[in-house]
Amino acid sequence: MVPLSWYLALAAGLFTVGLFGVLARRNAIAILMGIELMLNAVNLNLLAFWRYLWSDNLTGVVFIIVVLAVAAAEVAVGLALIISIYRRRSTVIAEEIDLLKW
Amino acid sequence: MTGPQIIFLAAAAVTLIAAIMVVTVPRLVHAGLWLILALAGIAVLFILLDNGFLAVVQVAIYIDAIAILIIIAVMLTRAVMSDTDPQINRMWLASALACLFIMAGLLGIVAQAPAASPSELVEAEVSMDALGRALVDVDGFILPFEIASVLLVAALVGAILVAMTPARGD
Repeated sequence: MVPLSWYLALAAGLFTVGLFGVLARRNAIAILMGIELMLNAVNLNLLAFWRYLWSDNLTGVVFIIVVLAVAAAEVAVGLALIISIYRRRSTVIAEEIDLLKW
Repeated sequence: MTGPQIIFLAAAAVTLIAAIMVVTVPRLVHAGLWLILALAGIAVLFILLDNGFLAVVQVAIYIDAIAILIIIAVMLTRAVMSDTDPQINRMWLASALACLFIMAGLLGIVAQAPAASPSELVEAEVSMDALGRALVDVDGFILPFEIASVLLVAALVGAILVAMTPARGD
């Protein structure tokens, strides 16, 4: 059987790769992709903990379903914002979207 | 090395390599396609964790909906950022260092994880029946379920509103 720590180590690696994408990418859509990777790492963690430690109740699975719904909402709103910014200011580069920066 | 371990290592390697490609390839459409591969690797791991239902949900929501939505958004906004422009900002080295530190910290915590062995599932795997009942049960998870549905509706309405073409004279 696969040890629990393998799943946790993979999730940690996936999370940091996603974090690097969020921090280093210039394109706003690529930043959203990094966020998706981070959310997936969290889901993997949740499901591994559920399976190994609490598989007698459904809390972990319900938590993952809620995270999925939040991810879908987040990506819908995020892409709508990016498309709207693209329409008005014709850019998708995060460092050029600095209207609220002072 | 048992069978599940080999499957885990293969799926983990594919997922990690695909994730690294997602954050490094210069062409964003390719990054979207690598993202699909990474999400599929996660789906394989979900099956390995005895939850086929969530694996199907992962394919249906993440790969079908989210990844395709992202690729469509990439295609809609291609004109402003050509693939030859630098795709990572000048702070990328600092970002990579910070990520390495965070990964070291996380792995240090993971090393203390209990060496739990998976308990035998009572019903071979979670039945969708029990999950569906728990989601609408007053003593179960009806509150998170309803909040998630309200959130989804609000997000969809908000997304339509934000992305709507501005009216003339706006």
